[in-house]
Amino acid sequence: MNFPVFDLFAALPEIFVLSMGIVVLLFDLMLSDRTRYISYMLTLLTLVGAGYLTLATYGTTESAFHGLFVRDPFGDVLKLMIYLGAFVAMVYSRSYIALRGMYRGEFFALTLFAVLGTMIMVSGHNFITLYMGLELLSLCLYSLVALDRENPRATEAAMKYFVLGALASGMLLYGMSMIYGATGTLDIAYINQSLDTQNIATLGTTPDKAMLILGLVFVVAGIAFKLGAVPFQMWIPDVYHGAPTAVTMLVGSFPKFAAFAFAVRLLVQGLHEMAADWQGMLMIMAVLSIIVGNVAAIAQTNIKRMLAYSTISHIGFMLYGFFATPEGIANAMFYITAYVIMTLGAFGIIMLLSRKGFEADNLDDFKGLSKRSPRLAFVMLLLMFSMAGVPPTIGFDAKFAVLQAALQAGHVGLVIFAVLMATVGAFYYLRVVKLMYFDEPQDDTPIVVQSDVALVLGINGFAVLALGILPQGLLHLCVTAVTNSMP
Amino acid sequence: MAMIFQDVVFYVLAAILVFAGLRVITARNPVHAALFLVLAFFTAAGIWLLLEAEFLAIALVMVYVGAVMVLFLFVVMMLDINLEQLRKNFWDAIIPALIVGGLIFAEMVMILVSKKFGGLVPATHDANYSNTAALGNLLYTDYVLPFEIAAVVLLVAIVAAIALTLRRRANAKRIDPADQIHVKRADRIRMVNMPVEKDAPVEGEKT
Repeated sequence: MNFPVFDLFAALPEIFVLSMGIVVLLFDLMLSDRTRYISYMLTLLTLVGAGYLTLATYGTTESAFHGLFVRDPFGDVLKLMIYLGAFVAMVYSRSYIALRGMYRGEFFALTLFAVLGTMIMVSGHNFITLYMGLELLSLCLYSLVALDRENPRATEAAMKYFVLGALASGMLLYGMSMIYGATGTLDIAYINQSLDTQNIATLGTTPDKAMLILGLVFVVAGIAFKLGAVPFQMWIPDVYHGAPTAVTMLVGSFPKFAAFAFAVRLLVQGLHEMAADWQGMLMIMAVLSIIVGNVAAIAQTNIKRMLAYSTISHIGFMLYGFFATPEGIANAMFYITAYVIMTLGAFGIIMLLSRKGFEADNLDDFKGLSKRSPRLAFVMLLLMFSMAGVPPTIGFDAKFAVLQAALQAGHVGLVIFAVLMATVGAFYYLRVVKLMYFDEPQDDTPIVVQSDVALVLGINGFAVLALGILPQGLLHLCVTAVTNSMP
Repeated sequence: MAMIFQDVVFYVLAAILVFAGLRVITARNPVHAALFLVLAFFTAAGIWLLLEAEFLAIALVMVYVGAVMVLFLFVVMMLDINLEQLRKNFWDAIIPALIVGGLIFAEMVMILVSKKFGGLVPATHDANYSNTAALGNLLYTDYVLPFEIAAVVLLVAIVAAIALTLRRRANAKRIDPADQIHVKRADRIRMVNMPVEKDAPVEGEKT
């Protein structure tokens, strides 16, 4: 029996995060509320340490655990972004969760386990590993949503998320089992080989097309649910609205990297031979997502709900990158990065405006923000311009990149449609700007901003602008990561 | 001859499984529905036995019937469920449900009648073959990574369950065993010096 110990080194960042998650869990038992900041610092240190471990061996491509797990530049770049996203999310949410009785060891441990789940999804190279990573992430997110126990709306959101998530997992598994039945393997690399037309000629076995399509439909449905694309978006508004804002930010930020990686591993690396089939499905979902997201967002008065619909439309735009494979994947990766940067900032500001016993989650709470805090209002202005896709912000470059990819694949009509819908979407983003700058404040409570949050938020706002003016660095990173890792 | 016998067993088990599955969703009483689910698990385990998946069959019975369903029945019996309210919207959703169910059924028929499924006969093994050992070999070598992740998932489930349900009530009558052990005699009883006898009341001195 051979058990290659060296395999473990490929998963070193994962092992580190897991160990630290357990350390936080145990160590927190000995802490009082006054010393709870140690758990918080340990969580941040874990993310930094995992970043170091990932960077130390960056650029290597190796397959470990009998092909169940893969280390490649694509996964490494996404993991680094996940650490960064989780780090920023933790800094933003600290005072918010402290005021709502969620500043407990479980919050940090569950967040670290969620990060672990996303890392496994990013690096999984087998249906089983991908699925296990997904379940780990989902379970952490369900319980984080419900963590504010006294809040009936959060409990309801958690319940909906859990039931619909379980349904989506069931569909995903059913689809995977069909693909397993057709190809006889669960390994992404072998699935790709068994569908390769040249291999089919030499092997003499043809996978059953009908069975593959049936499996593909269910797999795409499962992915669409996790991403939040129409018609599998029904959980997004309720969960974003109902969950405590800190958790909404967690649900909406770094897990999207994992869902993106999940889609790339399954569709682009595994089922690339069936690209024509799944691209058709993704096109319908992308167009519907952009319509539903942008139109429904106009009617919202709650900013968390508005950002939920905005997420749906952003996911629709991101899917445009998948129309051109494998070149467009890098553009989609750039888009999802831009989306996470913007989402983190927007929810960070909502949390800053909230205080004990008060949630600043209505659009009216933003009235006259420029008079109450000009700097916060300016960062929010940048974020809203970026989400609307106004140059020179990162949102513009991201939209430009994915639409360019779709254009190169020859989908002129779809691109024109997306641009039109983006202008519709600009209405509700600019409405927030109007409320902040042209309306009188309704609430004169001073806004307290801790220096660490102010620093991170400043960097976040600066990144939206700087990466918008100079997107080449990030885009280049995405392109090299994708080209070095795709078959 | 053996093949025919196995076919008969399969179809009998499959018929019971489909019937039990239908009764799970149509039974009026939730306790009956849960019991039909137990029946469905048993027959599914029987079908797995026919496929020589003995370990999975036993695991299904032990885990689902023995643990999950017993707990489930317990909860269903404990809760005071309003049956009328539970069934109120059952018929409203019947048409979309029939359409979706019919579509999935038709798709499955189309897949199952395709040639790919016809010729598949699982390899048979002799009586001494242990698929428990085979599963164990795979699980702890090739699939050790998902196995470990499953362990983390269980850990998360425990953490989440405790975080969501453990409440520290202000007036809870908890006892700390450490305090109990470290208790000193002086904490519990107070020695009081008092005379052995009271002075006898003086006669005739009434107030």
